[in-house]
Amino acid sequence: MAANNMRHALFCAIVTLIISFPILGLSLEAKGVNITLSGAKTSTYVAIVLAAVAVFVFQIFRDTFMGALGKLPNLNPLAGREPMEQTKRVKLESWLLTGIVVFALFWPFLVSRGSVDLATLVLIYIMLALGLNVVVGLAGLLDLGYVAFYAVGAYTFALLSQYTGISFWMALPIGALLAGLTGMILGFPVLRLRGDYLAIVTLGFGEIIRILLNNWTTLTGGPNGIGGIPEPTLFGMEFGRRVKEEGNTSFHETFGIAYSGEHKVIFLYLIALVLAVITALIIRRFMRMPVGRAWEALREDEIAARSLGLSRTAVKLSAFTIGAFFAGFAGTVFASKQGFISPESFVFLESAIILAIVVLGGMGSQLGVILAAIAVTILPELAREFSEYRMLIFGAAMVLMMVWRPQGLLPVRRIQITLNKQG
Amino acid sequence: MLEVKNLSMRFGGLLAVDGVSLDVQEREIVSIIGPNGAGKTTVFNCLSGFYKPTGGKVIFEGREIQGTPDYKISRLGMVRTFQHVRLFTQMTVVENLLVAQHRHLNTNMLAGLLGTPSYKEREQKALDRAAYWLERVGLLDLANRDAGNLAYGQQRRLEIARCMVTEPKLLMLDEPAAGLNPAETKELNQLIVSLKEDYNVSVVLIEHDMSLVMDISDRINVINQGKPLASGTPEEIRHNDDVIKAYLGEA
Ligand SMILES: Nc1ncnc2c1ncn2[C@@H]1O[C@H](COP(=O)(O)OP(=O)(O)OP(=O)(O)O)[C@@H](O)[C@H]1O
Ligand SMILES: [Mg+2]
Repeated sequence: MAANNMRHALFCAIVTLIISFPILGLSLEAKGVNITLSGAKTSTYVAIVLAAVAVFVFQIFRDTFMGALGKLPNLNPLAGREPMEQTKRVKLESWLLTGIVVFALFWPFLVSRGSVDLATLVLIYIMLALGLNVVVGLAGLLDLGYVAFYAVGAYTFALLSQYTGISFWMALPIGALLAGLTGMILGFPVLRLRGDYLAIVTLGFGEIIRILLNNWTTLTGGPNGIGGIPEPTLFGMEFGRRVKEEGNTSFHETFGIAYSGEHKVIFLYLIALVLAVITALIIRRFMRMPVGRAWEALREDEIAARSLGLSRTAVKLSAFTIGAFFAGFAGTVFASKQGFISPESFVFLESAIILAIVVLGGMGSQLGVILAAIAVTILPELAREFSEYRMLIFGAAMVLMMVWRPQGLLPVRRIQITLNKQG
Repeated sequence: MLEVKNLSMRFGGLLAVDGVSLDVQEREIVSIIGPNGAGKTTVFNCLSGFYKPTGGKVIFEGREIQGTPDYKISRLGMVRTFQHVRLFTQMTVVENLLVAQHRHLNTNMLAGLLGTPSYKEREQKALDRAAYWLERVGLLDLANRDAGNLAYGQQRRLEIARCMVTEPKLLMLDEPAAGLNPAETKELNQLIVSLKEDYNVSVVLIEHDMSLVMDISDRINVINQGKPLASGTPEEIRHNDDVIKAYLGEA
């Protein structure tokens, strides 16, 4: 046992050395046309050795460490308490959600323009995470290429506005439907796969869509992206200083108030808020409908579900399509908010962030997802100095989560159907 | 109603089922018995579409169904339970029964989102049917519990109720008495008979509990090492020399 531990620890330390030495210890420098290989500073080598030692020590005492980590929940004041009664929890969560929404309605009028802009982004992530939650949390399908559908929504609006001059309100349903359709088409061949395989294939699809957008220069403008995407209008009123589209009026003139750039930002924020609330409500409703129960049943026991007449393909495909639909929704809002999109906004990292929100929030829990979306989007903004370490902190947080609270911050609050006994 | 001809199933070099034939008439309880590893569960897996048999025919109500996917077979009215109970453990008892009624519900998403009268009506009907069967198997008081928290015997009964809410014509039970105490086995005995008598369901039963099998079966098929050994009424089986040698004798 001890010898085994020792060997394992040595192995890990050596792997650390092998990986970090060439990456950190050697650097290539271009001198004119020649490339020279040079070593790094001594301090770097010392750091590498220290890192290897740290890995070694950790691996040797791994069991102790992990055991201690596992006990951490005891620090949590809520741990050990009786879980709240089901009905009470449902009520509390609804109240909290309502409270958050009401607060969110008034909040933008009190804060700076930058904060409202950031909050709009949070809302977009909430929409995305709620949609992905259907796929990952409810249906149990690990989709690592979710950002592809977000891209479809955004590009649909961008392209349609460029070629046909479509408005935001028209593009919203079209973008969502097209994204849903893409989800259905991509989902069809891959949904027979399970677990890891599904994850890898969806990851591939996500990249294919991004690369397609990058290389189909004639249509999408390639890496240069597409600009000039219009902002939403309010009953034909534009929010710019001057009216761009003929037949539209402008918001500040109609109401006889001074022009302010803030109107536009707040309006977009409110649209995102309304759409996020709609998304949450629709998905909540889905969870109590036959289709929502079918998702869960298939996730829990596919064989039993099929033996009861549920078609695996139909059920999984519906989850995939609905998830993609809401990503398209979010994508359209995103395109409108940015006014400019390029493939760079739809890299794998985005999928990872959305997935992180779902996992952090506790798969299946809407309140959890909302809180996690706020945390994941805002924290990096607050800690800008550490932005280089963002991914590192991110990774560490995910690992800790998995050890400490694998069920997420707010574990699954299933919406249940209760049977009221009639007699 | 159900006719199985010369069924065989091969896993690589192993012929797990070899030329098994059986038939089930309306309102009949037919048992399949045989020693461990005889291939009983494999026969079920072939009938329920879980495996595609490598040979033979399965005819249900005049239609050849071998190779039809499992979920379609269940929709035809042939449902099964599992040797190792398979419930949706994190869902409540009543939700387990609602999932089973999926195809009786209005699954149109728009109807569900809007809450149309037809949607609500069917949803209510499903709840009523669930309540009825929970009452029938004595689980009504536990309706809102998580299925995973039920005692073993209760889980077994829930699994049967979950089949029954689909309104099957033929029910396949894989060792329903395994792990039950004598009192529970007696209840199960009455339940199965009542399914046949009161609900006109045919039953195919795999069971090791001989007294249960002998008591309720109309006919019994014995298989041994994948091959059919004998078939007949309980009385005939009880006195069949081959069976006594191969199965009852060793037990
Ligand atoms: N998927 C499979 N792949 C390979 N071999 C299998 C498979 N399923 C069953 N077998 C083999 O087929 C034979 C019959 O198994 P089966 O489960 O049908 O027996 P059984 O009669 O149900 O036994 P028990 O009374 O123990 O439940 C066994 O030897 C088993 O190992
Ligand atoms: Mg078996």
